This record gives sequence, C-alpha cells and structure tokens, in this order.
Amino acid sequence: MHVPDGFIDAPVSIAAGAVAVAGVGIALRGARRELDDRTAPLAGLTAAFVFAAQMLNFPVAGGTSGHLLGGALAAILVGPYAGMVAVSVVLILQALLFADGGLSALGVNIILMSLVTVAVGYGTFRLLLRVLPKTRASVSGAAFVAALLSVPASALAFTLIYAVGGTADVSIGTVAAAMLGVHVLIGIGEALITAVTVSSVLAVRPDLVYGARGLLKPAELRTARPAASQVRGEAT
Amino acid sequence: MTTKRFFAAFLLVSLVLAGIVSYYASGSPDGLEKVAEEEGISAEEKDHALGDSPLGDYGVKGVDNEWVSAGLSGVIGVGAVLLVGGGLFWAVRRREPAGEPREKAPAGTSGQG
Repeated sequence: MHVPDGFIDAPVSIAAGAVAVAGVGIALRGARRELDDRTAPLAGLTAAFVFAAQMLNFPVAGGTSGHLLGGALAAILVGPYAGMVAVSVVLILQALLFADGGLSALGVNIILMSLVTVAVGYGTFRLLLRVLPKTRASVSGAAFVAALLSVPASALAFTLIYAVGGTADVSIGTVAAAMLGVHVLIGIGEALITAVTVSSVLAVRPDLVYGARGLLKPAELRTARPAASQVRGEAT
Repeated sequence: MTTKRFFAAFLLVSLVLAGIVSYYASGSPDGLEKVAEEEGISAEEKDHALGDSPLGDYGVKGVDNEWVSAGLSGVIGVGAVLLVGGGLFWAVRRREPAGEPREKAPAGTSGQG
C-alpha cells in the first residue's frame, strides 16, 4: 500500500503532508494520556512489530500480495493516539532508510496507513465492544473485524486522494473497484494477524492491552470466587 | 509472565519475523502496485530519491549473500524503529506521580527507551 513518488501531484502531496503533520502532532499529545512507564516501552515494541510484520507479504489471489498495515493492531494494543504515532514512525523510517514509500508521498502514506486505519479500526473495535459481551473472545473477534475493515477503508481513502490529485488520467470508478476488491482479500490477512497477535498478548498479559481495559473488572471478581468457596468449605 | 520477560519475547518475535521469516515473504506486487500497473497509474511513478541508500529495498549494500542481506536489513529496521519509536514514546509518556506503588519498574524498563 506504500504510495511511491509521482502518483499524486505536488499540491495534493503538500496538503496531505500538512494533514499528516497535524494528525501526528495531535496523536503525540493524545499519546501522553495513553502511555505510562509500563506501556511506553510496549508502544515502541509494537511499532517494531508492525515494521517486522509489514515485511511479510502474503499472497492473495492472482499474483498479488499484501502485508499488514497495523493501524488497528497498534491502536488496540497501545491506544489509538499511540497507535497512530507507532505506525507513522514505521512509515517515516521505511521511506528514509529503506526507500519504501515515496518521500513526497509520505504525507499520503501516513494518512492512508496510519490515520485512516487507526480511525476506522479503533472506531469499529470500540463500537463492537459496546454490544458484545465483555470477554476476551469478544476482544479478539472485535479486533478481527476492525482490522478487516481498516484495509478496504485505506484503499478507498487512496482512491479519494487519487481522484483529487492523481497524475494519470484514469477512470476513478475502475480504480475504486479494483482497489476495494483486492484490499478486501488483504484485509482478511490483516484480520488474522491482528486477531492472533491480540489474542496472544491477551493470553499472557491482558492487563497490558489498551483495548481490553474494561475487561479487568471481571478478572477482579474472579479472584473473589475462591474466597467464597473457602468460606463454604469452612461451613461444611 | 513478568513485564520484562514479555517485552523480551515480543522483541524476539519481531526480530525473528524481520530477520528470518521476511526472506520467505511473497515477492508479488502488493495490492496497490498491482492495481496501479493494470490501471496505468504506474506510468507516472518516479524513482525513489533515496533508492541507492545503504538499506534501500530491504537489503544491506555490500552484503552479497541475499539471505544475510535481507535478514540484516530487517534486524536493523526493527532496531531503528524500536530506538526512534521507543525513545519518542518514553519522552511523551505520562510521568507517574510518587503515588504509584511500583518503584523498580521504571528503572527496569528505561533500557527499552
């Protein structure tokens, strides 16, 4: 999904750069509220994991591949603002060190792969958790659907930006259909990786998962149960 | 699992994915590249200004063995992201007032940032 130089014209690239700077600036301020001494290192590690996972292109239909975008995953693990910063750091270093994603397209790429995936992914995640039972399985399921939707949303956002600032004369309807079609498939991979990763962290350290904070209350109730049975045991 | 051990395991997974598994990733064009080729968007693509950089295209210049070159670039990338991201997050984090019961945790985790 990394947009190279030349796809988007200069005015729209500059405007996208300004939106990206503003977005990351707001995210940095928001991240302060999400991160403490324990979760700040986790956010750094999550960014490193997203970088690693983005190297793993998996095949989808017809000689095409896809890779994790990671916005939904990062937002669920460390919070939406910290998640936006984490994916943005990955994108900036990919462009500067690995020549992956154009320098002039950096703003576009931050919008597509960080701001949009986090907004759609985390928004979906929160909405689903509002109606689902408060269990770990719900968190994993919500993470799956959130990640699944975040990828076609990002593809649609590319099409919108291309409609405004695209350099080639193409049919936007055709581009939209083609982008959506392939990115629904890539979204399934994104959903699987996100759900497995979130489930794995939930299994060992549920207290560290930002998106599962509401679940800690049932865990506290569970510690009361052995005490109650003990009382019953004493009574018999 | 202790926080430190969990962080170490998480980092190890990232290093293995970037350093070893990435070599076996699909080389096919990704969704955007494919669509851009088919729809004529790619015709306007320009070469990356830093395409000849030492780590350009996920390889290390001067390392001839492809497997080592790809793996090393992945490990360097994980380290760079952890350093920049971790440093940034450590700098902006909420400072715990003295009321927090944990006292050893910051000293133990500061090495990460």
